[in-house]
Amino acid sequence: MSLVNEINNIKSRHDYEAIVDLIPYAKTIGVETSMVGESIVSSLRFIESNIGNPAIPALHGGVIAGFMENAALLHLIWEIELINIPKIVDFSIDYLRPGQASTMYSKCDINRLGSRIALCNVSTWQEDINKPIAQARCHFLLSENKPL
Amino acid sequence: MQKQTNMDTTPYLEKVCQTPHAKKLNLKLVSAGEQSVTLILPYSKEIVGDSVNNYIHGGAVSTAIDTACGAAIFQLQNNLRALATLDLRIDHIRPAAPGEDISIFAECYHLTHTIAFVRATAFTDDIDKPTATALGSFIRSNKQFPVS
Repeated sequence: MSLVNEINNIKSRHDYEAIVDLIPYAKTIGVETSMVGESIVSSLRFIESNIGNPAIPALHGGVIAGFMENAALLHLIWEIELINIPKIVDFSIDYLRPGQASTMYSKCDINRLGSRIALCNVSTWQEDINKPIAQARCHFLLSENKPL
Repeated sequence: MQKQTNMDTTPYLEKVCQTPHAKKLNLKLVSAGEQSVTLILPYSKEIVGDSVNNYIHGGAVSTAIDTACGAAIFQLQNNLRALATLDLRIDHIRPAAPGEDISIFAECYHLTHTIAFVRATAFTDDIDKPTATALGSFIRSNKQFPVS
C-alpha cells in the first residue's frame, strides 16, 4: 500500500496517533498528536535527548525547528486532499525565547493553498500561548509541473 | 573577516557535538577552518521523514545546520560568547539520496559584538550540488560559553 493510501486510511479512521508512526524522525524526537475540534495538533513532550544546551538546560534549536516543520506537515496532511506527500521547499524560523525543559505546543495555519504550493505558518509555545518560543513559515510542494 | 587571536577552539568545538541532541543524531565534526566548519549528519533510519523514499527529515537537516553554524561562529570569535539562534532559513534544493550521509559546510561571514551572520551548505558528495542551503543570524551573549 502506498503511503498516501495509508495516510488516507488513518484519516478516515480519525486515528490521529497512528500518523506519527509513519514518520520515524517524529518518533525519535517524541512528537505527540491530539485532536482539537477537527484539527490535528502536535506537541512535544520533554525528553533528555532533545537538549541542546545542558547548562540551562534548553532544547536544541534544531529540535524546535524539526518539530515545527513536522507540525506543519501533519497539519497539511490532515487538512487537504492528498495526491502526494507534501515536500518541504523552504523553512524559515525566528527564535523568540529559549526552549525550556518542558512540553512544547504548536499552532499551524495554512496561509495559502494552491494546487502546487502551500504556505504554512507555525507558532510554538510552552507555558503561555502569548509567549511563543518560535515562529516559522514554510512552503510545501504539493505537486510538480509537467514538462512543457 | 579575520580571526583576531589564535586561541585553540578545539575543546569548544568538540562540545558542540556532545550535547544530548547532537549525540542522538550522531553529529560528527570533520574539519574546521578559520571561520568555518564541516560536520556530518550520518544517515540513520531514526531520522527518516519520508518512509517510502527513505529521505532524511528536514528537521534533522535543520538541527545539523544550526549546530554547524554555531560552531563556525566559535571559530571566528576571539572570545567565547554564548550564542543563541535568531533566525535561520533553509532552502531544500534536492533530496539527499537515501542511505547517504549529509555533510554540512557552515561559514560565519560577518561578526559584530552582538550579531553573527552565517551561511551553510548541505551536500552528500559534491558541495556544488547542494541538497540544501541556509542563511541565518545569531545573537552573541554577554556571557561566556558554556552558560552556567
